[in-house]
Amino acid sequence: MEINPSSSHEQADHAKAADQRAAEVAAISRRSFLGALLGFGTVVVGAALSVPLIRFALHPLLTKTTEIGWSDIGKIEEFASLTAPLKKLITVDQRDGWRKIVSEKAIYVLPIKDGVLRVLSPICPHLGCSIPWIEAKQQFICPCHTAIFTLDGTRVSGPAPRPMDDLESKVDNGMLKVRYQYFRQLIPTKEVLA
Amino acid sequence: MGDAQEPNGKPGEPRLNRRERIYQWFDRRTGIGSLMHEALDEPIPGGARWAYVFGSVLLFLFISQTITGVFLSLYYAPTADHAHTTVAYIVKEVTGGSFLRSLHAYGSSAVVIVLLLHLTQTFLYGAYKGRREVLWISGCALLGLMLAMAFTGYLLPWDQKAYFATTVGTNMASEVPLIGSTLKRLMRGGNEMGTLTLSRFFVAHVFLLPGAILGLIAAHVYLFRKAGAAGPPSEDPIKPRLPTERFYPRQVLMDTAVALLMICVLGLLSHFSPTDLGPQANPADTQYVPRPEWFYLPVFQWLKYFKGSLAVVGIVVIPTLTAILITALPFIDRRLERRPWRRPFAVGIYLAILATLITFGWLSRHEDRLDPAIAKQVAKQTEETEQFMREPFEPEAAASSLSAPVVVVLDPLAAAGKKIYESESCDACHGENGVGTSAAPKLSGATAQRSPEELAKLLRHPTEKMLAGEMKPVDVPEDDLKALVAYIKSLK
Ligand code: FES
Repeated sequence: MEINPSSSHEQADHAKAADQRAAEVAAISRRSFLGALLGFGTVVVGAALSVPLIRFALHPLLTKTTEIGWSDIGKIEEFASLTAPLKKLITVDQRDGWRKIVSEKAIYVLPIKDGVLRVLSPICPHLGCSIPWIEAKQQFICPCHTAIFTLDGTRVSGPAPRPMDDLESKVDNGMLKVRYQYFRQLIPTKEVLA
Repeated sequence: MGDAQEPNGKPGEPRLNRRERIYQWFDRRTGIGSLMHEALDEPIPGGARWAYVFGSVLLFLFISQTITGVFLSLYYAPTADHAHTTVAYIVKEVTGGSFLRSLHAYGSSAVVIVLLLHLTQTFLYGAYKGRREVLWISGCALLGLMLAMAFTGYLLPWDQKAYFATTVGTNMASEVPLIGSTLKRLMRGGNEMGTLTLSRFFVAHVFLLPGAILGLIAAHVYLFRKAGAAGPPSEDPIKPRLPTERFYPRQVLMDTAVALLMICVLGLLSHFSPTDLGPQANPADTQYVPRPEWFYLPVFQWLKYFKGSLAVVGIVVIPTLTAILITALPFIDRRLERRPWRRPFAVGIYLAILATLITFGWLSRHEDRLDPAIAKQVAKQTEETEQFMREPFEPEAAASSLSAPVVVVLDPLAAAGKKIYESESCDACHGENGVGTSAAPKLSGATAQRSPEELAKLLRHPTEKMLAGEMKPVDVPEDDLKALVAYIKSLK
């Protein structure tokens, strides 16, 4: 509100302005210190809290949530003296997040040959019918288009593009276990269907 | 850089350093400077105080609830079939799931507590006075919506206590005169509690209420800024005279400090004492003693005193009158006097209501403890909940699942039929247990529901269409055919 532009007043103005600026600078540095403190605290707590959030969201990546586990076939002694393929029904549990899909599947346990116990999928590699073991002929014969396989699944004749498919198996605590899988049909190589 | 349209100020003005230039560039395009000024430089008459922190803390809690809620919905399925399994999955299997769910559940309690503190502070400071009626009403609406959030969220886990507490809660709606039963059916999506109730509560909890709350928070903050901070009780609510202090930094620091403290307490609680989940809701359980969330206990107790034809008074009339009284407070109490000791009547009523609520809440607990039958049942329920929490997570069998035991419990004839089904290689095309394959249709379901005579005929003499699909006529003795038909019938 200075109306009189005298030099002494101007000087006083300058001094006042300088004081004001110094006060402002002090206020600003105080502000930025508190701001920094605040920001730091927020970042620390925010980071600490985002860890469980991220882990929660990434759960399906950190653990297996969808997979076919091992299914029991039976005690290993059962299969020690087989002379022909034995059809067994297994229960397959597939986890899908919070659900499980339970299904019953058939598999063949083959007679032990050269100390190796093999498990075959009965699904025909031609078009997917399930192949019965024909005792009388000592062959696997597919009822759909008569693909024929030997006792160990080797292709004899018919439209099947490859031998019958082996399933991954293991013996755990005297229990024969298998991992059931499906394979792509109509191709000469064995390829797992996801 | 040659930015011809934006010369770097007039000659003689101090040259800006790099950071300032970037800030200026950004500010000219976004107005971030005036936005920050608007947000942070709000003047507070009489300066910053701890008493003013509750509004900001509520906003912070709302954001926290939103974040945890969104994350929880990653694994949640809002149907009566799956809700409980998915929550159990979150609690027992998902990494950090129990913690997050607890944070959300304790967060809802924290919201109610801080709401009460915010309301109490506003009331005691007379901060609703002086052209702040609309601001007050928007706050009351927010209070109502937040309580609705707590009510709808409580059902979502679909465990025993959720189910039965909500059954009681929705039953109360039927006491409303004229539209009562319609209202109840509207909330439940039918006469009974069921999957439609859950859908409705989910949609309200996740879409409708949060949307409304978001809009109202914006309005509430805008109206608050419009009216200006009220300052201490000695301040004139319309023309403040006290020297002011800006919102930033001290008030912001206080707000943030309390918010951080709050989240730390919630975090520790969630970590060391996670919220539990009871066994899945069993509508057939007639013994269950339903108890609502703690902040609904006073109302619950209150309702006990209104039996029969009086129920409408307790459930509808008095709560409605109370709500109207609270909402209309700035219209009823029009004096500009804010100091609580100069308004003994208003403050007295407020404290009386608060004391009543606390007493009723305490009485509710107390009576439960005194009644041996109830105390025993409540202890049993607690034990069942603890038992359920100890059990490992049991995934839910999908609808397409074939449960092996079902196939085993066959009558002898059907069991014999199953052997024939396999020896005749029917399973080769129709699949194990008639589930169907790419080669032939499934037998379970519609086919299994045909009459035995019809099935026998079709097996002996397949139709043209069946023959074209490579179905072979079944050539077995009559008895075996009977068994086969019995087996197919068992596949339903
Ligand atoms: S499906 Fe087995 S031969 Fe065609």
